[in-house]
Amino acid sequence: MSVIQSLANQYRSGQRRVSDAIQSRLATITQQDPTIGAFLSVHTDQALTQAATLDQWFKEGRELPVLAGIPLAIKDNIHVKDTTTTCASRVLQHFIAPYHATVTERLLNQHAIILGKVNMDEFAMGSSTENSAFQITRNPVDPSRVPGGSSGGSAAAVAANMVVGALGSDTGGSIRQPASFCGIVGFKPTYGRVSRYGLVAFASSLDQIGPLTRTVEDSAIMLDAICGHDPLDSTSSPHPAPAFFEQLNPNVSGLKVGVPRELLSEHVMPEVRDSVMAALDRLITQGVSWEFFSMPSLKAAVSTYYIIAPAEASSNLARFDGVRYGHRAEGCATVKEMMHATRGDGFGDEVKRRIMIGTYCLSSGYYDAYYNKAQAVRRVIQQEFNTAFAKYDVIITPTSPTTAFSIGQHHHDPLSMYIADIATIPVNMAGLPALSIPCQPSDPLPVGLQLIAPAFEEQRLLNLGLAYQQVAGWATLLEVHNA
Amino acid sequence: MRKPVIGIEIHAQLNTKTKLFCACSTQFGAPPNTHICPVCLGLPGALPVLNQQAVTHAMMAGMALNTTIQAVSVFARKNYFYPDLPKGYQISQYDQPICLAGWVDIPTESGTKRIGITRIHIEEDAGKLLHQGADTIAGSTHSIVDLNRASTPLIEIVTEPDIRSATEARQVVETIREHLIHLGICDGNMEEGSLRADINISLRESDTSPFGTRCEIKNVNSFRSIERAIQIEMTRQNALLDRGETVIQQTRQYDEATQTTRPLRDKEESHDYRYFPEPDLTPLVISSEWMARVRDALPELPAHRRNRYHQAGLSPFEIDVIVADPHACTYLDAVEQAGATYPVAAKWVVGDLMAWLKQENRGYDTCPLTPSSLAELLACVADGTLSGKLAKGVLETCLSTGETPRTVIQKTGSTQVSDEGELTTIIDQILDANPDVVEKIKAGKGGATQFLVGQVMKETKGRANPDVVRRVLSGRLGI
Repeated sequence: MSVIQSLANQYRSGQRRVSDAIQSRLATITQQDPTIGAFLSVHTDQALTQAATLDQWFKEGRELPVLAGIPLAIKDNIHVKDTTTTCASRVLQHFIAPYHATVTERLLNQHAIILGKVNMDEFAMGSSTENSAFQITRNPVDPSRVPGGSSGGSAAAVAANMVVGALGSDTGGSIRQPASFCGIVGFKPTYGRVSRYGLVAFASSLDQIGPLTRTVEDSAIMLDAICGHDPLDSTSSPHPAPAFFEQLNPNVSGLKVGVPRELLSEHVMPEVRDSVMAALDRLITQGVSWEFFSMPSLKAAVSTYYIIAPAEASSNLARFDGVRYGHRAEGCATVKEMMHATRGDGFGDEVKRRIMIGTYCLSSGYYDAYYNKAQAVRRVIQQEFNTAFAKYDVIITPTSPTTAFSIGQHHHDPLSMYIADIATIPVNMAGLPALSIPCQPSDPLPVGLQLIAPAFEEQRLLNLGLAYQQVAGWATLLEVHNA
Repeated sequence: MRKPVIGIEIHAQLNTKTKLFCACSTQFGAPPNTHICPVCLGLPGALPVLNQQAVTHAMMAGMALNTTIQAVSVFARKNYFYPDLPKGYQISQYDQPICLAGWVDIPTESGTKRIGITRIHIEEDAGKLLHQGADTIAGSTHSIVDLNRASTPLIEIVTEPDIRSATEARQVVETIREHLIHLGICDGNMEEGSLRADINISLRESDTSPFGTRCEIKNVNSFRSIERAIQIEMTRQNALLDRGETVIQQTRQYDEATQTTRPLRDKEESHDYRYFPEPDLTPLVISSEWMARVRDALPELPAHRRNRYHQAGLSPFEIDVIVADPHACTYLDAVEQAGATYPVAAKWVVGDLMAWLKQENRGYDTCPLTPSSLAELLACVADGTLSGKLAKGVLETCLSTGETPRTVIQKTGSTQVSDEGELTTIIDQILDANPDVVEKIKAGKGGATQFLVGQVMKETKGRANPDVVRRVLSGRLGI
């Protein structure tokens, strides 16, 4: 039930031309994106040229990778050479990337077609894509609601069928939460599994690139393409990358699942809780057993995250000073004045808020109380995950304690939005892989189920996700959307 | 005058081929902004990859300065805004540097003194600002940025506050510089900024009083400036204390032109660098195998060389001159290996050879006369085939033509004439032609003999063996 696989088959059988498929997706963008607002730039000419070449190649019967001709979108904080990378920020509004991100290069090596760059919260800071300096993005399931964030553009583009898959980045839930809100699959791989080279850093020790797709199989295919060691990223793991798609196996009988009690009690909407409980029941029919357990450190995860991530961000964003590239304030008498004005005009409120938090936490006299203590808590969270994984194969939580909220709902209360990441943040703190899959068909709003595995056990998540996908009856859902 | 307490931080540029975190060249003097890439430009999304050669260089420095190499060290970000700093932070090492707790011995008038080395860490350099419209930043209309130097590898060597005079301070920098040069990890060029020293200095009433408030002097870029800057700063601090005022802890800049130090910033205005571990790099882990490999390949250190040359009978002057240049050491050792004795070889290496190289602006490593050729020439002097004077001539020809001594001697036939019969014939002719001189000598004016020796030399174009000439003359004149 892979959308990528079925399109790839159509290309090979001559049933469908790449150019037609691309034209059709571009038409969807033209029709729907004025409402949805997923794309910040659409690479129409480049996509059609590439499609024409591929059609020629398919006609000649060339052997091509499965991703050849598959229309994708890339979050606007990942470089595609010679096109803009704005990070949805005024400070990079006209910045043209002079090089490809490693993930982009790997997708292009497989002849995937990048239809464009998609919207996000500015510098990936946010959970609603409302923090973009340029536009808001609406949830295709209910346009009065947010698509989640920060990879909201990626999720919306996939959910609205503008593309088959998209890349997002996930620092505290930025792939999984929008996938959950938009009713699609979102996969954050193990930290180090995918190269970060060419991803504009938010919090380097937490950031990870991953796919957003309609099905579990599609996520496996995309992860196969982008994962593996990269000598340009010192934190990328030398761990051998298996063939995830090839090794997909929905037989999960005997798998033991732990459900942290803390993430099904406080702050969780009743319909989310009910959906997750129903999903766990469905898994039992597949031979999976589950039980509640306790992870006390989860309560500290959000506050810990809001020290470490802003601390790293305050340093990562220092380079946007107007000296070498990007926005530069005019009419300043001194370089100091120019830097102040550039950053003052260039960054939005949420970014400034986090730079200030981070700067404060790293300041002399506060470092031990905040940053050092947060790192200690981070180690406790990692240890508690280790302990849990000694007992369970997979940990399951709701991806988000809520369904998609209304546009503007958290506008004046950033803290209430920070809490929304309570289930996703601990995963980044421990560097683990986690998959968000739709709990149920969207009625009325999608609920995401988060599956978490030990480091480098992505296959286990994909297998369990596939098993769930098969019993949950997504086929109907897909047909509705593909019509 | 109160007593100074001095500690020094030396920044040394490592002469790796590429930068610390990317593959750009470190070559000095290229056109501005030609050795740059997304990484050293600090473009968004670019990530650092550590240059292993720089780590090896830092380990070599650490071993030569008797520090303990740390199996695990950690890179940290030092955050501050400056237009020559592309990322808005410098990647350095902070609380877990690569080398800790060593020492270096320096010569003083009262013998060798041991100076503690607190630490050595690895860090990247910043770019360069070129101020336009004026010579300095003051009065300039604008500045342009050259990032060729951005991210070139440095080590910072920090001494303990063990230094007690300006002379000692200079000696510490000279000794450490000599070590780095002999290790082949830094060219030691202070003018080009390959070696820079910051000096921390405070005064106290006596050798046992607690330390006073210190000032850091930056921008001291020659040995002479080190001594002068310290003397000037000592005088300044002493005058303050004499007047009953206090020294304010601050960073000061030495101004060579006005012979003053002036404040750059006070402690209160000092940057809060917000150090934290660099998340883009994993901790630097050095295996015991790597450590052993570097230790085994460590070149001979200057102190050892000095001692060896001293044992071999070289003069202190020769030792100083030769040890100042590791290529000279290598050359001298090779001449000795090829059969010459150290004292004889050193005379030539420090004398005629060095003079020629200086004049031609060349180094021993590119000397057209190979060490074995020089040894061959010296063998000819030892066995009497050539006089010292003839040998100098042959050496000059060898150096200018690139020919071997053997070839030059054969071509010019310039071997020494020691044959007594041949010389007697010539001497008799000269005695006949100079009866007045013969008379003078017989009258007791022995000094006139030298004139006759000179005449023989002239006749033989300098090839006559002067010892034989004197012996024959003595016999002929009966003196």
